[in-house]
Amino acid sequence: MDLAETQRLLSEYLQELANLFHRVPGSAIFLRYVKSSYQDDPIRSAVELFLFLFAVRYLLAPKYSTKPGVVPLTEDEIDDLVDEWTPEPLVGEQTALEEMEIDRRTVIVGPVGPKSKLSSGRTVTNLSSFNFYNFNTNENLKEQAIQTLRNYGVGPCGPRGFYGTQDVHLKTEADIASYLGTAGCIMYSQAFSTISSVIPAFSKRGDIIVADRGVSFAIRKGIQISRSIVRWYDHNDMEDLERVLAKVTKEQARKPLTRRFIITEGLFESYGDMVNLPKIIELRLKYKFRLILDETWSFGVLGRTGRGVTEHQNVDAAEVDMIVGSLAGCLVGGGGFCAGSEEIVHHQRISASAYTFSAALPALLSTTASATINLLQNSPELVSQLRDHTKAMRAQLDPRSDWVYCSSAPENPVLILVIKPEVVASKKLTYNDQQFLLQDVVDECLANGVLISRLKTLEDDFEPKQVVPAGLKVCVTTGLTKKEIEKSGTIIRHAITKVMSKKK
Amino acid sequence: MPRRFSNNSSNDTSSNSPSFSPSSGKGGIAIKAPSVKSHRLSQFFSVSPKSKADHSVQSTVQSTTGNPNTTPPISSASLSLPTISLSTATADNLNMDEMPTTLFQPPTPEEARRLAKQHAQFGPIGHPSHRYSSRHPGGVFPEPVMDEPPYYYLLTTYISYLILIAFGHVRDFFGKRLREENYRHLKARNGYGALNSDFDNFYVRRLKLRINDCFERPVTGVPGRTITLIDRATDDYNHHFYLTGTTTDTLNLSSYNYLGFAQSEGPCADIAEDSVRRYGISTPSTRAETGTQDLHLEVEELIADFVGKEASMVFSMGFGTNANVFPALVSKGCLLISDELNHASIRFGARLSGASIAMFKHNDMKDLEIKLREAISQGQPRTHRPWKKILVVVEGLYSMEGSMCNLPGLVALKHRYKFNLFVDEAHSIGAIGPMGKGVCDYFSIDTAEVDILMGTMTKSFGANGGYIAADKAMIDKLRATNAGIFYGESPSPAVLSQISSALRIIKGDLVPGQGEERLQRLAFNSRYLRLGLKRLGFIVYGHDDSPIIPVLLFNPAKMPAFSHEMLKRKISVVVVGYPATPLVSSRARFCVSAAHTKDDLDRVLTACDEIGNVLQLKFSTGIAGGALPPTDEMAPPPEMEKEWQRKRTANMTPPRWRVEDVVRRGVQDVKSPLY
Repeated sequence: MDLAETQRLLSEYLQELANLFHRVPGSAIFLRYVKSSYQDDPIRSAVELFLFLFAVRYLLAPKYSTKPGVVPLTEDEIDDLVDEWTPEPLVGEQTALEEMEIDRRTVIVGPVGPKSKLSSGRTVTNLSSFNFYNFNTNENLKEQAIQTLRNYGVGPCGPRGFYGTQDVHLKTEADIASYLGTAGCIMYSQAFSTISSVIPAFSKRGDIIVADRGVSFAIRKGIQISRSIVRWYDHNDMEDLERVLAKVTKEQARKPLTRRFIITEGLFESYGDMVNLPKIIELRLKYKFRLILDETWSFGVLGRTGRGVTEHQNVDAAEVDMIVGSLAGCLVGGGGFCAGSEEIVHHQRISASAYTFSAALPALLSTTASATINLLQNSPELVSQLRDHTKAMRAQLDPRSDWVYCSSAPENPVLILVIKPEVVASKKLTYNDQQFLLQDVVDECLANGVLISRLKTLEDDFEPKQVVPAGLKVCVTTGLTKKEIEKSGTIIRHAITKVMSKKK
Repeated sequence: MPRRFSNNSSNDTSSNSPSFSPSSGKGGIAIKAPSVKSHRLSQFFSVSPKSKADHSVQSTVQSTTGNPNTTPPISSASLSLPTISLSTATADNLNMDEMPTTLFQPPTPEEARRLAKQHAQFGPIGHPSHRYSSRHPGGVFPEPVMDEPPYYYLLTTYISYLILIAFGHVRDFFGKRLREENYRHLKARNGYGALNSDFDNFYVRRLKLRINDCFERPVTGVPGRTITLIDRATDDYNHHFYLTGTTTDTLNLSSYNYLGFAQSEGPCADIAEDSVRRYGISTPSTRAETGTQDLHLEVEELIADFVGKEASMVFSMGFGTNANVFPALVSKGCLLISDELNHASIRFGARLSGASIAMFKHNDMKDLEIKLREAISQGQPRTHRPWKKILVVVEGLYSMEGSMCNLPGLVALKHRYKFNLFVDEAHSIGAIGPMGKGVCDYFSIDTAEVDILMGTMTKSFGANGGYIAADKAMIDKLRATNAGIFYGESPSPAVLSQISSALRIIKGDLVPGQGEERLQRLAFNSRYLRLGLKRLGFIVYGHDDSPIIPVLLFNPAKMPAFSHEMLKRKISVVVVGYPATPLVSSRARFCVSAAHTKDDLDRVLTACDEIGNVLQLKFSTGIAGGALPPTDEMAPPPEMEKEWQRKRTANMTPPRWRVEDVVRRGVQDVKSPLY
């Protein structure tokens, strides 16, 4: 009785299930398939059933880690480890050199000009700002900047992509492009961030960069972040460059063609010397490399009208794929730029991170850059005057000093003075010793009313490490008369002699 | 009731704003057409009874305050203005009729123009009740509710992308064969590798190009309450644009001008002008050499004091601040745990630092804890050596999501796991908290709990650059190890003065009361617009107090459509899609400012309402708030409201308010903790 009842229920239940199954769309096809395949080939049905069961088992199986070397730990063990772990402090102790860096910082009160007032109350001759043409205190430029301020406010409050592109930015970009003679130009809002963003925008993993060993910190950062293959050539050594290029070309001959770049500077930030651009152009054309030229220190300085190293060495700017420069130094605006073909500029507008992810440049700095470029273009005598002053300063320092030599190119208004190797050897000066010694020189100059600075560099952990020799940095300005320049040059020379000869 | 703004303008803003006259001669004539149109348009928008009521209040206030010249105005020395050509001032004359005539002397045309310009940059507050103070009410910080649209929209979004991609490939297929010259830059040529790869370039070439006219729109003038777009057109399907010579004044919901300090007059601009006169235009040196002036020290001190840290340092670029600080903080053997949605500058800096990088799910404290436990217990990969230090990096306010970091949660984890905390307050500084001091202020958390506070001055302060604030010992060390100090150009005097004056206004040292008003208006405006959009039925992301309001669009074609429709209504908005957001969740982003008035926001709501209907954007389910309007007899007493609200959420009906109701109820509801 009971059994029959169960049986009835079961069959009813099965009936219900079958009905349900038949109601599912496509069930008839599935049923026909199973039936026919079972009749034709029972083994196949068995295999299929097995596969189905395996899939079910696989899906239901517990997850396991695919990371190698993970030690399974219980929660209590993890808690113990957490309790035990003591991190290092976020920043370490200051070194002696770093302490000096902070202690002996000069603070200028009031405007930065050829004569600047310091926080100590003294007014000194300022040979340490990149205010080469003394545009900074030019009343005309100030008035224009104020006009812009009164029309645009200070900040553009947004990145270039989202309503941060002001007409003044477009104008400055056009001004730079026509000044240099390139098809296009793109502006960034900080000069230092420009090149380190331009490089990774083009050079990706697997691409090849051939770079000068003496390039600036910003370029090194750009190369580091691009993760490209890097080959270095000796600083300003064209034979070595050719050797490296030939080697790279040979190595890569059978591989698919990738982007290849030569990266160098117009005037080197850490040494002050000049690139041999015609030779590099010749090599780049021969070996089919693109050229990225950092003109941060040469733009506005070299050439008849300050167009940079291309004008100085009579090279067409269009021969250089990317010219990167600064509007912040002697042009007293702000930000940096990259000039090149329309395609190169356009690509950066989408993929250069410092451009897309940063707020635009304040309008007044942009218009100032336009104005100063215009000034330079129309009055080449400014540039030649600066060159005269540089010559005068150099004459006071380089040939007459027993202790230091000037590693800068004769046209470079930034004179980098490095302690002569024989002095370093005879006095057994370590790198730190040199830095302290040079800081003493800076202080001695300051005591005599001349403000100069050490060449400030930072070590990074990007291999191969770059050791920039310790040096002094003297920046010439046309805001001073030639007499004053010569006088300050003498003061600097005497200060060097005084400090150096004291050191045993 | 401190009132800072002289107040005789109307809600008709767009036609009052100054318009830059383009250099081409015919520009001046062409300008008039859009402004007249906008006038009619905005009149149309302000028909709501509420705004009329506002008007009468405004007028009474006006009569009590008397002549606008006597109130401490936001601009004082602006009569010596440089030449600014204005499109038309007729709009003001229209509204003169509504003004009380007894004590009121109609302003001279010059005065009216001056005020119009001032109000185009910073709108006068409509009613004293349009203020709010943003502060975390305490307790657990709620996760923002992420509403989801019906599957139909997700499905069509995917199909849209499929069609776009397929179509792009078809065009490429034929293009490469028939129009070879257009593809030359994607191929190796003369032995040079292709400058950008065909594959990488596909998205830009075939998808972004279609909506290029929504990006990089050139503007002129001050990006304040209104912004003047320079009209442009294209002949070659967005490859190139040419300027048409006309401009359009639009309501600005696109700039990060949270506190409305983007002004070309008023105390900030006056001080900035003075500093150009006294200090020159720039500081042409690096900070480490001789680029430190008394101005820099003053600003550093002000910032440190403002954010509540011992010391700070300023840089000339916000992106650069992040890019350079991480290498000075962490190195090989350290772990940097970063929120997955952190800004590109943080990723840039993190990659440069050489530290190992881990990511946790956006704002997910549970995921962070799992990552921390694993990192600390397993140590470095392979060697299992303990990590030297672990730095957790979050942003205060996320610029694409509108969400705030869960600082209470992070601080609790910090106490347990001993990591260091870095908060990037690029968007939150000035924009959040009862005193505008960022997320610590908002959550009432001691700033000592956060090791390093980073922020930018581009946004709330209307200037440029970034800062790092921390303990003095830490800053001293960073000064000697940070590349931004050694190589980066020094911030220029005008920018520094803008920062310091903005900071002093926020603190209340300069023009007392104005800073408070700005902060409270921003908080009110943020909540008001967000509530309104929710009630209209839009899916809105982020936390209630955030001034960044992303409205979800989903379908890619709705991005340009939304942008164009908004532009037609003279409102400029930002639309963002992949790759800045996940593929499906394209969005429009509103950035609210203290410079906006309630009427401006009502105009935005009306526009959104219309566009939302046309573009089918109202698909929220109501779980994120914005419940249906209670009829007047049904409305519960305030003390019962929470209880009543809970009951309603059980059987949720999607909110689809009429825009009139949204405007009517907005001001009172915005201040209640729920919604």
